[in-house]
Amino acid sequence: MPGLEDLYREIILDHYRSPRNRGQLETPPAVVAEGHNPLCGDEIQVYLLVDADGMIADVKVSGQGCSISQSSASMMTQAVKGKPVAEARRIVRAFKAMMSLPDDDADDDPVNLGDLEALQGVVKFPVRIKCATLAWNTFTNCLDHST
Amino acid sequence: MSANLDIARVQADFPILSRQLNGRRLVYLDSANSSQKPRQVIDAMSRFMEYSYSPINRSAYQLAVESTDAYEGARSKVRAFINASRDHEVIFTKNATEALNLVAYSWGRANLAAGDVVVLTHMEHHANIVPWHMLAAERGIVLRWVELTADGQLDLHNLATLLNGAKAFAFSAMSNVLGTINPVRHLADAAHAAGAIAIVDGCQFVPHNITDVQAMGADFLAFSSHKLCGPSGIGVLWGRENLLDAMPPFLGGGNMIADVRLDGFTCAELPAKFEAGTPPITEAVGFGAAIDYLNCLGMANIRRHEMEMADKAITTLTGRFGDDITIHGPTNLEVRGATLSFAFRGIHPHDLSQVLDQANVCVRAGHHCAKPLMRVLGASATARASFYIYNDERDIDALADALEGASDIFNI
Repeated sequence: MPGLEDLYREIILDHYRSPRNRGQLETPPAVVAEGHNPLCGDEIQVYLLVDADGMIADVKVSGQGCSISQSSASMMTQAVKGKPVAEARRIVRAFKAMMSLPDDDADDDPVNLGDLEALQGVVKFPVRIKCATLAWNTFTNCLDHST
Repeated sequence: MSANLDIARVQADFPILSRQLNGRRLVYLDSANSSQKPRQVIDAMSRFMEYSYSPINRSAYQLAVESTDAYEGARSKVRAFINASRDHEVIFTKNATEALNLVAYSWGRANLAAGDVVVLTHMEHHANIVPWHMLAAERGIVLRWVELTADGQLDLHNLATLLNGAKAFAFSAMSNVLGTINPVRHLADAAHAAGAIAIVDGCQFVPHNITDVQAMGADFLAFSSHKLCGPSGIGVLWGRENLLDAMPPFLGGGNMIADVRLDGFTCAELPAKFEAGTPPITEAVGFGAAIDYLNCLGMANIRRHEMEMADKAITTLTGRFGDDITIHGPTNLEVRGATLSFAFRGIHPHDLSQVLDQANVCVRAGHHCAKPLMRVLGASATARASFYIYNDERDIDALADALEGASDIFNI
């Protein structure tokens, strides 16, 4: 059995206790998407503001969830904020590949996921992969609606 | 230890409970989700498949006769177990969910039109909500809701108003989240006084209590085998003969017909009318064996044991954790079963159940297929520990010890 230390890394617990980019954005100009984890009933909202140059000007997350879903959402906002949409999509693909959900169409250069690599241990707890990817799937819905 | 139930002996009947995971014993506290199976059920199903299995109802050979007898014998056991008056009022379904869908689909479509009212409660499982939502979308029926009191019982002060003009009142006999046991007879009488039928979701109640459909005054009762030590894949809809007779069939196909012509078909009599296709035959045998097993223990003894478990669990958890634990539902043991949903020190239930799993403590974390109730509780999820015949004080202590460990990880 994998140990809990693989799952609850200190950086994950830090993002859980002090989530970054919490809140809402005015819609419009921002777009919002809602995500549900059917397993546990968690609901989150991701707000996304893309500027005229196709840069992610701001991203915020509201709602509730477990330590894995909340920390993953928090780290995601840090990873994509200020990036061009195309790069954000590349980061999404890299993260999902780390979660053993590779996009077969992708042909990407390696992406440095930084802090997000702390979530690698989630793969050893398959039930929790849905927690870790909830914000990312919701963010992808936002991207699809705003571009 | 329970006076009339030898728990050590019961535990010995359940092979899975002797399984060690990482050198530690299993603490199974998820029986409200699905119960474990005793050797008696496992053996009955194996023996049946090794010795008597064949399709039922269709052939003259010896195996077919034995198989049909075994299947119908299980129906008789169910009939006696719930004190129904006729075997053919017991319809085998896939599970309780299918049984409730059968009522909504067949009785509902025959008896409900736009504007007709069906009354539900805030503590219903999705299985007793979604089929009615589907009918509302299709037919324009109107749903009214019985709300809850602060301690998780049904708030019945306006029941007569809610039932006024209603055609059906569909309610759970016991909440799968709160453990609340509802006053079924009172609710059924109120429904009948308003001219409505009473549809009872017995999924959580039947495995833990003496069930008597006549004393309940119910018109329909749904429950499943897998929560009462039987196999998954089979459940029951019991209904009053006159109601079942007047209903159109649910699924069409083999076994449910008396005749099929190019221009139409004629239904079979009850119960075959509602049992299209090859049924879960081996599962029915296992279901019957589970009922025999529970009858041997005695349903009154089981209820008494679970009241003790609920009492000890509440006392232990509140004694050790005080205000750090919130146990939802009534504190009065007379109106609650041993199903405990709780919030603990602000730790998300999903994280809690993950940490408890390290100690092999199996609890359910989530919305328990009762999202409307979760919204009433103001939570997206709860952790739920549910006790059954094979649980004892050691399991309560293991739960409490594991909860302590969860606090350490999250530094709370």
